[in-house]
Amino acid sequence: MTDKVNESRRNLLISTSIVGVVGAAFAAVPFIKSWMPSERAKSAGGPVGADISKLDMGQKLDVSWRGQPIFIVKREEKQLATLPGIKDRLKDPDSENSIQPEFAKNLHRSQKEELLVMVGICTHLGCSPKFYPEIVPQVFDSQWRGGFYCPCHNSKFDISGRVYSGSPAGTNLVIPPYVFVDENNLIIGIDKLEGEA
Amino acid sequence: MAWMDARLPVTKMWKDHMAEYYAPKNFNFWYFFGSLAMLVLVNQLLTGIWLTMHYKPDAEQAFGVIEYIKRDVPWGWLIRYLHTTGASAFFIVVYLHMFRGLMYGSYKKPRELIWVFGMIIYVALMAEAFMGYVLPWGNMSYWGAKVITQLFGVIPYVGDTLLEWIRGDYLISDATLNRFFALHVVAVPIVLLVLVFLHIAALHTVGSNNPDGIEIKKYKDENGVPLDGIPFHPYYSVKDIFGVGMFMLIFLFIVFVKPDLGGLFLEHDNFTPANPMVTPEHIKPVWYFTPFYAMLKAVPDPLGGMIIMFSAIIMLFFLPWLDRSEVKSIRYRLLPFKIALSAFVLSFLILGWLGMQSGSTIQGYMTIACTFIYFSYFVFIYFYSKNEKHKPIPERVTH
Repeated sequence: MTDKVNESRRNLLISTSIVGVVGAAFAAVPFIKSWMPSERAKSAGGPVGADISKLDMGQKLDVSWRGQPIFIVKREEKQLATLPGIKDRLKDPDSENSIQPEFAKNLHRSQKEELLVMVGICTHLGCSPKFYPEIVPQVFDSQWRGGFYCPCHNSKFDISGRVYSGSPAGTNLVIPPYVFVDENNLIIGIDKLEGEA
Repeated sequence: MAWMDARLPVTKMWKDHMAEYYAPKNFNFWYFFGSLAMLVLVNQLLTGIWLTMHYKPDAEQAFGVIEYIKRDVPWGWLIRYLHTTGASAFFIVVYLHMFRGLMYGSYKKPRELIWVFGMIIYVALMAEAFMGYVLPWGNMSYWGAKVITQLFGVIPYVGDTLLEWIRGDYLISDATLNRFFALHVVAVPIVLLVLVFLHIAALHTVGSNNPDGIEIKKYKDENGVPLDGIPFHPYYSVKDIFGVGMFMLIFLFIVFVKPDLGGLFLEHDNFTPANPMVTPEHIKPVWYFTPFYAMLKAVPDPLGGMIIMFSAIIMLFFLPWLDRSEVKSIRYRLLPFKIALSAFVLSFLILGWLGMQSGSTIQGYMTIACTFIYFSYFVFIYFYSKNEKHKPIPERVTH
């Protein structure tokens, strides 16, 4: 044994260790990546189309996208008229902290003013809220202006899916990306058609 | 035997860990739960292996196959209920085991590593229990898995990708079930076994603590045997067998008579198949997670809730370094410590109850209060233990 460090051997030791660690990191990649959705899951989770030609004013249509219900509602003039007036009763009236595509970050939270396309899953704990469109007093709210009510933990949302203050849910209901193919057909899951810039 | 010992030191191992492993002579009721945890672990492994012989990790078949095991497989009902009741029993035993550690200061120097390994076992056990609960593919399995995995989705920037990575799909699906099965029956049990080995190896290096919280190795006879120690075998092996008997009496009573324990051990909503479109009236985890679930629900911001919930567990890891007092046992600590520990345990129990409730406004305030008390314990212990006064500590163990 000597006290003198053999520099070249030490360098060899350090460099083999580094190569070993880098190698191990690369070897881990396939194992970690293997957990991502498979091609089959990806194709099953692709965009879905919805035909709204038969949807009348005030009606709601449910389609399923990635296992979650998507609410499509054709809102009436009087329902839309409630939106500006209840601002004070809402947690996030301007959707600052909520999830929606850029085009839906407005009062009516939609691309076309009357047509609401929304993920029907409560932002609290994932229950599915019920649709209460009528502007009449309800047992859970004497000044109900129409909207969605989650029976699980009493979260209330207006007709644009904006959450009322006092609800356990913290943010507005999620708006998914969607795009119109023509007047009566839209695709949920993408926000622009292929070929568009 | 000489032939054997020359190749594998069987006799030496037997002596080191059983016949000549000296444990303090003053163990009491609270010292049953370590060996009981081992017993439950063996029960889980054995019944778990037998369940995999019939179970199918397939979203189409999983729910039905559980009913098949219960109704058609010979003795399947027993093996299944031993496994489900065993899960709850595991947590009861582990919580009591941890409480013992808090009372008698078993986490303190020189046993910090034992405590840390124990805490990792606890976390691994929670992961194991959570994934196991998903396998019957009942509606509560599904929605419980959804709500809990959703937690990782609120992490800024990487949340969405992380969520897809964990679920292997855009929703809880067959892919999720399949990987949870693999982790539940192969990966986590291996990790648990290694951790249990380390926990016990570390314990046998420093020796057990005792209700007096004093080191028995200080006074030894001429042969180096601690004066207050008795050989683990036969003294404590016999004591533990008595504990096993008592435990089995209660455990088997539940297995045979009330395996769901009124919805506490097996929730009613899990007797309907998983349905992504219909949420159970009231989503809640099984009782052993409810204290942390209460904290999660109490915070309006999901990310904040998740941070609070995980810190509640992480704080426990640091206990050996937060408690700076040299006194270990509650027997020689004064009233403030006793009050603090009682408040801590009580807040945990109340949180457990609150986590099962649907959550009225008053319950919301109670949750916040209890969460506050829970975390105060760690702050209290850090400052209080700095110059803690205490009763005189005996030199030798008492009874």
